[in-house]
Amino acid sequence: MAIKSRPIYNGFDLEMPAQRHIFVLEGEGALALLEKVNPSHPMLGQSEILYSPVGSSHEQAIVKLNAANFFTAPSSEILLNRFAAILSTATMSTRLYAAGTEGFIGAAVNVAARYGVKSASIVKEHRGSLRRRVQCVHCKGFNSDITASPFHCEHCKLYLFVRDHFSTRLNAFQGVCVNAEEPHLFPEPVELYQ
Amino acid sequence: MTVHTEMSVTVTDIELVADAIKQFTLERVDGQPMPAFAPGAHIVVSMMDAGRLRRNPYSLMSSPRDPWNFRISVLRVERSRGGSVFMHDVIAVGDTLTISQPVNLFPVDILARRNLFIAGGVGITPFIPMMEVLNEKGGVFELYYSIRSRSHGAFWSEMSALYPNRVKIAVGAEGYRFDYHELLINQPLGTHLYVCGPKLMLEHIFNIARDLGWAQENLHFELFLAPPSGSPFTAKLASSGKEIVVAEHQSLLESVEEAGVDAPFLCRAGACGQCETRVLASDGEIIHNDIFLTDEERKSGTKIMPCVSRFVGVGLTIEL
Ligand code: FES
Repeated sequence: MAIKSRPIYNGFDLEMPAQRHIFVLEGEGALALLEKVNPSHPMLGQSEILYSPVGSSHEQAIVKLNAANFFTAPSSEILLNRFAAILSTATMSTRLYAAGTEGFIGAAVNVAARYGVKSASIVKEHRGSLRRRVQCVHCKGFNSDITASPFHCEHCKLYLFVRDHFSTRLNAFQGVCVNAEEPHLFPEPVELYQ
Repeated sequence: MTVHTEMSVTVTDIELVADAIKQFTLERVDGQPMPAFAPGAHIVVSMMDAGRLRRNPYSLMSSPRDPWNFRISVLRVERSRGGSVFMHDVIAVGDTLTISQPVNLFPVDILARRNLFIAGGVGITPFIPMMEVLNEKGGVFELYYSIRSRSHGAFWSEMSALYPNRVKIAVGAEGYRFDYHELLINQPLGTHLYVCGPKLMLEHIFNIARDLGWAQENLHFELFLAPPSGSPFTAKLASSGKEIVVAEHQSLLESVEEAGVDAPFLCRAGACGQCETRVLASDGEIIHNDIFLTDEERKSGTKIMPCVSRFVGVGLTIEL
């Protein structure tokens, strides 16, 4: 079922002109580029690829692309810091691409927003797990890698139902207490977001 | 959209601000304050020109903080279908005009990291209130303003005096033109581009921007394209059961309005899409003058933008 508030990922389109292309790829997100690009594509000479493996192993394949610049980040956080540094001096003739899990794309979108880039201007492709980052609406704590609903908030321990509402600002879904009226009842969790 | 709520205004001042540009100051007949507007807004002026209804859009160039009058500037376009010539030659101080509520299809984001304005000729007008507000609020902007000659260009000396380091003027007659490629290639990320001027200039600049990789979301334009004239033609209005004749120097939309049929519009320049109307039947050729429909929609012959587009042939029936 489509979620209205959920961002739209149209997939990578590599044929849009630009003077410079910056790719931020997390885990299986590397495949969004690798599956589409032909190693002789002229855009690679103007491309910078930032890759955070998080368990995937696409480094060798990316190296073979021979992009103008390639950086393997030890973590997604370091990748995003590097991304911010690049954006701080980038020009409007730059096209941005982000691929990976929803949480990663959302974080990249938020970094770009600090430099005046609209989310719609970023080429995005969702790859990898559908696990959700969920904010507990009661204690405001964030829970990552949530695969089932309801689940226990790791901070306040309330039993939370994951609403299909995604906040781009918080880069998270909302978790709402499911048994506030009858605290002794615990509906069976359902694995939804593998 | 309630742009159709019109109000009567008196022309309280007319000033020739450049060779063929007159500035009009308008105040409400009932003495009430003007409706509020944000920089970039335009109004539609209705006029009865030789028995024909004309409605032309003009950018508001007065201060958004002055609630007592609106100012607009009109370029006299010789051999045009009227409107501008009527405003120049017929309208005098003390006359009454009917105007629409302000509509803003060209809003500026004062929080943007940087705003780049490009104006051609009378296209300077929307930028005047924009710069005033940005200047007040500490927004970042720069204006590149092209004029044919110093006497043809309006407000260039005022603007250069107000914002000395942020206004650049290119005077065609002095052999100077901006290199837009050079200008656009190095703009910092987060820059928003606003262009107001002739259609060819606009297309030229946007083609450069797109080729360089500018994001669509950062490109904004205002185009006041006078509805082109053409041979008269007949149109049937299916919903209202009327048949109208569109005169040579009149747009299909104006002719529809003259027949007392209420049709939607915002820009009246073929750009916003508001007036899009279904074509139910036609034996002939639709002359698409808009910049809104896609090539496919144009070829399909099932849609027309009555504010600027025309028809050659017989049996045009539209859903209005
Ligand atoms: S009124 Fe805007 S396209 Fe016709």
